[in-house]
This record gives sequence, structure tokens and C-alpha cells, in this order.
Amino acid sequence: MFVLIVGAGRLGSAVAKTALAAGHEVSVLDQDPLSHERLDAGQTQSWEDSGGQFTVGTALEMEALIQAGIERAEVFIASTSGDNTNLVIAQIAQKRFGVAQAVVRVMDPARADWYREQGLHTISPTKHAIEMFESAIQPQAA
Amino acid sequence: MYVIIAGAGKVGRNLARELIAKEHEVTVIESSRPTYLANEEEFEHAIQYGDATELWVLERAGIQRADLVIAVTGDDEDNILVCQVAKEKYLCDRIIARVNNPRNHDHFRLLGIQPAVSATDLILRLIEHEVPRYGLVHLLALEEERLEIIELEVTADAPVVGERVSDIALPEGSLIISVLRGGAGFVPKADTTIEAGDEVLLVLDPGLEEAITTFFAPNGHAATL
Repeated sequence: MFVLIVGAGRLGSAVAKTALAAGHEVSVLDQDPLSHERLDAGQTQSWEDSGGQFTVGTALEMEALIQAGIERAEVFIASTSGDNTNLVIAQIAQKRFGVAQAVVRVMDPARADWYREQGLHTISPTKHAIEMFESAIQPQAA
Repeated sequence: MYVIIAGAGKVGRNLARELIAKEHEVTVIESSRPTYLANEEEFEHAIQYGDATELWVLERAGIQRADLVIAVTGDDEDNILVCQVAKEKYLCDRIIARVNNPRNHDHFRLLGIQPAVSATDLILRLIEHEVPRYGLVHLLALEEERLEIIELEVTADAPVVGERVSDIALPEGSLIISVLRGGAGFVPKADTTIEAGDEVLLVLDPGLEEAITTFFAPNGHAATL
């Protein structure tokens, strides 16, 4: 599968490495060239040598998205640090470029819930963290 | 009318002042604490501190009863989000969004955020209006109604020069609504004769600009927006 990941912070870069190791074709778009180093960190060879693609650009730029291969992306992952940026670019990926599967990181659980009802595949790390904290402070079941 | 304005920058602040002066009820939502504090004294209860892209902040501002939501923050994604949520979640009938980067205008359109207003586009239109050599000027585009109003300066070599309005076989879906001549405007009658140098206003279905230009300014260039 061709996977396009926009935003290579801790989350995006980790998912990118895993997807590449699993044999997928992976392209990463990030506005910060330094994010490239995160992709190389801890690896025996560079991101490109491993078969990955990296494009510098912002997510709302059509040229950058096209250069990063959005037109043939089968999976689109929006994992920038901005919830609203992620929600907007995921909708662009679906509506303008017809990407079959768009997965969106949304820190705010309320926005994640509502946009999930609208048909976006949202994942809220905050929501999962809340659940884990809640279960951690529950008295252990006997 | 109850109006919620996201963003207390220059645009948001001045809009709020005008609307309050016209006796509308207004709530401005500002996410920067220093900006909020700087405006709190003037706007009192009409400004709230918070991120207008957070649903609870919008609900606290009473979005359920808002007649109009205006998103004028400096961030286009935030403006899209505020308007999308206002329209689709809270069923607010009327939204207006500011486009900061004109290259993002297509994104607003794609996601149904209309009207979306860009200062750059507005100034470009003004420039075209002030610079007649462009030939054709878009004065107004009514996207919902699928109509446009344009202005054309009639060139000396135009086929319509000397013709009566009733004899000009304009394409279906276009109509001359006004003629500006010698600094004065008038509504033409069937026997009005078009002269070179006239500025003609037409209302037309979108897409007829090129066909119309050949009648009035055959060598003019249609302005591209």
C-alpha cells in the first residue's frame, strides 16, 4: 500500500518507520527539514536508503501534497501538531484527491468524536490517555 | 441579530464595534490571553477568552442561538473549523469566513465554507476596477444564485458600437442593466444606442464572459481572478 503521512513528529515518524518496515511504500511530508532526522534516528541506514520518501512543505500547499504523492495515496495519515490542520487536510485528501482511507490525529476528544460521526477516522490520543489514567486509579478488581 | 465573532484582531474588533453600534448582540471569542485582556475593558461581557475551535467554548458563547458566525482569526484552518462546526453541528444558517492566504480559497470552497472573504482578492478586484485596460471587471459574483455582474468598456472596434440595445443579439442568459457615459449612469431602453467609450454593466450566467467580451471589447482581455 502507498501511505502518505503528513506531520513527522513523535507519532508520525514512528508510524512511518513501522509502515515502511512492514513493506508499505511510505511518503512523509513535514514543514521542518529537521523532522527528517527523526526518521533516521536509531536506524542503520537513512530513510531514503530504506526506501522512504520525504518532502518538505506545509500540508495546505497543493504542490507539496502532490509532490509527496497524494494522488496515488491509498492511506492518508494526518499527524501534525494542529488538530484543525489535521481535520482540514484529511477532508481535502478525501474530497479533492479521493484517498480511500484518511486517519486523523485529534488531541481534543470532543472534536474527535464529532468528526468521527461525520465519517472521518479520527484517533484521539488524549482520549486513550484519559481511559488509561482512569483505569490506573481504579481499585484493582479482586 | 446575535453574532459570534472568532478572533479579536483588527478585523474582529472593528466588526464587533460596528455591529454593536447597530444594536446587534455580539460575542467575540479570543484565544490569546494578552489580546483578550487588552480588549476586555472596551467590550466587557461581549468578549470571551477561549479557543473558538473548542466545542465547549462555542457552546459557552451560546452558538445554539447564533444567527451569524464570523471567523476572522489569522489562521485559515481555524476559520474553516469554526465555520464548519457552526454550520454542520450547530446548524447556524449564516457563516462568513476570512481567508488569510488566498491560495487557501479553494479549500474553503471545497468544504462548503461560503462566503469566504480574502483581503487580497478584494484589493485585486479594486485594482481591476481602477485600471480600465483590463477590459472586463467582475463586480459581483452571486455564487448561490449562479449570477455575475460585470463591467466592460466598449472599445471603438466593437461590433455593438452604433447598435441599438434591442438589435444586439446577446447570448441567452445575459442582460445589459446599466450604461455609464460621460460620468453618469442610466438604465438603457430598447432604443438606446451603444457608443464607443461607454462602460456597460451586464448581469450574466457564469461562463459567458468570453462570449460577452467579443461583443463589447473584441481585443480586450478578460480579467482573470
